[in-house]
Amino acid sequence: MKVPLSWLREYVSISQPLKELAGKLTMSGTEVKGIEVTGKDWDKICVGQITAVEPHPNADRLKLATVDYGTGQSTVVCGDLSIQVGDKVPFARLGAQLVDGHTGALTSLKPARIRGVVSEGMACSEKELGLSERHERVMKLAADSPVGVPLADHLGDAVLDLEVTPNRPDCLSVMGVAREVAAHLRQEMKLPEPSYAEEGSPIEGLVSVEIADPDLCRRYCASLIEGVRIGPSPAWLQHRLAACGMRPINNIVDATNYVMLEYGQPLHAFDFRQIGGGKIIVRRASEGEIITSLDGVDRVLNPEMLAIADSKIPVAIAGVMGGADSEVIDITTSVLLESANFNPVSIRRTSSDLKLRSEASIRFERGISPELTMPALKRATQLILKLAGGKAARGIVDVYPGKREAETILFHTSWVKRLLGTDLQREQIVEILAYLGFDCQQANSSETLQVVVPYWRVDVSRAADLVEELARIIGYDYIPTTMLGSQLPRQQIDPVLAFREELRDLLVGCGFQEVINYSMNSRERLEGTVPIEKAVRLANPLSTEQEYLRTSLRPGLLGLLKVNQKYEDAGIKFFEIGKVFFARGDDLPEEREFLVGIASGPRVPQSWFGDNSLLDFFDAKGAVEAVLGRLGMEPAFEPATEEGLYPGRVARIMIGQSPVGVVAEVHPGVAKRFDLLPQPVAIFELELESLLNCAKLRGRYRPVSRFPRSVRDIAIIVDVATPAVRIVEIIREFSLVTQVTLFDLYMGEQVPLGKKSLAFRVAYQSVDHTLTEGELESVEQEILVRLSEQLGATLRA
Amino acid sequence: MLTELEELRTKALAELSRIDNLSELEKWRVRYLGRKGALTSVLRGLGSLPIEDRRSAGATANDIKALLEAELQRKEQGLREKELVAVLEQTRIDVSLPGYPVPLGRLHPTTRTLREICDIFVSMGFQIVEGPEVEWDYYNFEALNIPKDHPARDMWATFWLDTESGDRSRLLRTHTSPMQIRLMETVRPPIRALMPGRVYRYEATDATHESMFYQVEGLAVDQGITMSDLKGTLFEFARRLFGEGRKARFRCDYFPFVEPGVEMAIDCFICQGAGCRLCGNTGWIEILGAGMVHPEVLRRVNYDPDIYTGFAFGMGVERIPMLRYGIDDIRLFYGNDLRFLKQF
Repeated sequence: MKVPLSWLREYVSISQPLKELAGKLTMSGTEVKGIEVTGKDWDKICVGQITAVEPHPNADRLKLATVDYGTGQSTVVCGDLSIQVGDKVPFARLGAQLVDGHTGALTSLKPARIRGVVSEGMACSEKELGLSERHERVMKLAADSPVGVPLADHLGDAVLDLEVTPNRPDCLSVMGVAREVAAHLRQEMKLPEPSYAEEGSPIEGLVSVEIADPDLCRRYCASLIEGVRIGPSPAWLQHRLAACGMRPINNIVDATNYVMLEYGQPLHAFDFRQIGGGKIIVRRASEGEIITSLDGVDRVLNPEMLAIADSKIPVAIAGVMGGADSEVIDITTSVLLESANFNPVSIRRTSSDLKLRSEASIRFERGISPELTMPALKRATQLILKLAGGKAARGIVDVYPGKREAETILFHTSWVKRLLGTDLQREQIVEILAYLGFDCQQANSSETLQVVVPYWRVDVSRAADLVEELARIIGYDYIPTTMLGSQLPRQQIDPVLAFREELRDLLVGCGFQEVINYSMNSRERLEGTVPIEKAVRLANPLSTEQEYLRTSLRPGLLGLLKVNQKYEDAGIKFFEIGKVFFARGDDLPEEREFLVGIASGPRVPQSWFGDNSLLDFFDAKGAVEAVLGRLGMEPAFEPATEEGLYPGRVARIMIGQSPVGVVAEVHPGVAKRFDLLPQPVAIFELELESLLNCAKLRGRYRPVSRFPRSVRDIAIIVDVATPAVRIVEIIREFSLVTQVTLFDLYMGEQVPLGKKSLAFRVAYQSVDHTLTEGELESVEQEILVRLSEQLGATLRA
Repeated sequence: MLTELEELRTKALAELSRIDNLSELEKWRVRYLGRKGALTSVLRGLGSLPIEDRRSAGATANDIKALLEAELQRKEQGLREKELVAVLEQTRIDVSLPGYPVPLGRLHPTTRTLREICDIFVSMGFQIVEGPEVEWDYYNFEALNIPKDHPARDMWATFWLDTESGDRSRLLRTHTSPMQIRLMETVRPPIRALMPGRVYRYEATDATHESMFYQVEGLAVDQGITMSDLKGTLFEFARRLFGEGRKARFRCDYFPFVEPGVEMAIDCFICQGAGCRLCGNTGWIEILGAGMVHPEVLRRVNYDPDIYTGFAFGMGVERIPMLRYGIDDIRLFYGNDLRFLKQF
């Protein structure tokens, strides 16, 4: 909402600096987003009057004008041939700052010789003053403009650009904002008194109004003015509308818009001759009814929408936009003026369904008071009579099925302390509320007030609302600062919170960079990596790239790999912890939290010490082992297969009997679809909830032996297909074995075809004695026997 | 004999002084102190001496032996030290070569900020609670005093779930505020909770708008909680997050689920309140929205608003590192460019 300061001054006297006033409005809830000052550069420009006009001796398209500027006269060269003696114009003396008509830059006015004639000063166009883009003519000031007065004093203004919150439709009006200012300045507001002579015939015989659907229209008021002359509005009105961001149209329409801006009540003027039967019916539109709105678009209505109809057809979409057929145009002579109140929900739905938001609909959908219709209608009628002449019919039609009692609140003053933590004097409360328009009456006790809410404050209906009124006017700085002193609630900590952060820290320690991806992804990307049948689709995605809620974190990470491979020479290791979503019929989707890590590229950055190996499956597995090991878990890895992953390079991660995730390399086909570099992409995925359940089963402490440890190496030959982990498991079954480390894997000439050699370093230790050579020998023999029995292993010679 | 011993001593010491390496030294040892060495053979010859000379010669010979052994040891130690110095000299390295990389990851700046925020409130007794990202319209709007077709809904552009019937009851939560309702439905006061999480807005993205971001919601409900407690709590938060010298203020603002509603701002980092581009010439930077829990919201969860009061607040998370590090584009956060992430 844009509010010119000059307009505010009609209702309140403002003597404080503008910045201070803006600060008060901002602090009390109506934020001033900006202040546009006109005339701040108008030094050495004043109101001048043309006293003589002569032709230019050397040019047909120029004139010489003599201008009286109060303290002297000056002759200037002028390109506007329409100027006449007596015109009041903005006159710039030498040294004035003017907008250059061609370049638009602010330049200082210098004496100039134009076609041989010296020009000392200038009669300015609106563009030169920075008021508009109009440059073809000299700006004409009102005939009563005082000659010699600085133009800034005469025309200068400041326009406040206000951010009005949705609860305050009253502040979508100049008077509403003036009320706020008045309360801050502790002033009574000067209210306009709309009165006019009713010289026409009684309205009853001319106009009838019927509200067929009172649930959608609480009140409908109408006046009738006959014999109007349509024309442009006077400059002052046009300037005000323009300052508020509205386009002037003609005197009737401008008057309705002016009053809407002033009171916050949208009005509509019909060409009365186009209202069939002189009858207004406020009714739901019938299915498929069509109306051409003022913007020339054919609108198809339905019974959810409220129409203003005459005896036959709709003439307006109630509260949204008028119809083209009954528009006030140049030949209009009779105007039916509507000031009505419509159901905010209905207006909001209609304007949203028709994708048609108007200044009127914005105000109606916020729920203005039906009490506003009458004063606004009177004001508009008065203004039209003034601007367009004619005679107002006697009386006003007022159909008011939705009248309600004024809201009253029984306000216990202790609510102030209860909500704000500080007290206010009863007198202070009454005073502040009174300036805001609330009427306070003594109720049954001295701590209780009967507060009548003014009709325009549709947002106030309970004690807490009144407390806010008080707080915002005294200012929140007045409220003390205290720390919570109440009882601490019983602590019920969700274990996943600490667990998740521990995982994050561990992965960072393992060299993984945390990323956070969007929860939405495209069908194509999700499908390419994981089954999509249970994916949740958005009704209004921003793009097809973000059409589905993700069912996996994998595509997001693969996509990031692609983005970053362009700039990163070193290997990339990312992890993300986030939710995936699976549809569950009509219920909310299932949300499951996953940790996914991804690693691809050189294992170490290319370096002077040389290691050109690439990150692969075992890097991902190593990270999983490190992280889970640190959490006290011993994962087992079972060969598995899964769509989108490299067949033969996939392992399910098991904790005991529970699968908690997968470690793998990404299928090269998938990697290619993501346009990744041709190198292994290792990935691991853990489900947080299952992992957390396993983490709860942390093992018991194992005593640390005081006796010496013996280490022996053992190399065995097994079938290529035998998993190394089986051998480790068997060796570990022996109680004296404390550690088994695979340190060599060999396949080649030294071993038979189809076999592999695995060398293990085995550590033996007893908790209660020093092991003898003999004991070690026999345990090792038993190990070999068991390996031979179970896996057909032989000792490598 | 004594003369002979004296000469041996002089000769041996003279030779020893000229030795400059360990192998020469070993030869010297063999020559004088070895089993077949000069001193040994002298000692062996002692038996042939008359008994009266034998004792003094023997004593002298032993003295010389002890002397030579001591000198040998001293020389050896010296030579070994010299040799080590030579070896060390030869194995000098270029210390300017880069170290072997120890790849360390980093946390996402959002995670770091969330931890910082949570730590501050946890220290004030707030408990962390989480909830679903896909919500019912009821929790996201209706129960928060934002009925259908209320113009305040324009404050939260919403992603809806697709349904065959066109039903619009499920959405991606537009703020963390639905957690206020979920929590109050499950527990009774006193409540002191902090509810972080992802939220979504159906908005075209630009430097200051994202379709997904993080919020942290706070809620405290009990008997006797007032706006001065809210002010104390949030000002303390601002002091700890932004530093001692930062000023904070409340101004009136509107959120349908609080009454009175406020916005908290801190004085601008850049211009210290004088007015600049960052703060839109106001001198103040908006940090969060807050207020006293609306009586209708309390009533909705069967808390008697005549008994209980409470405050709630909600803040955007990314805004904090944006202000702190001068990040001018919110899209950098979830674009995950390593060149950006590596800076935190």
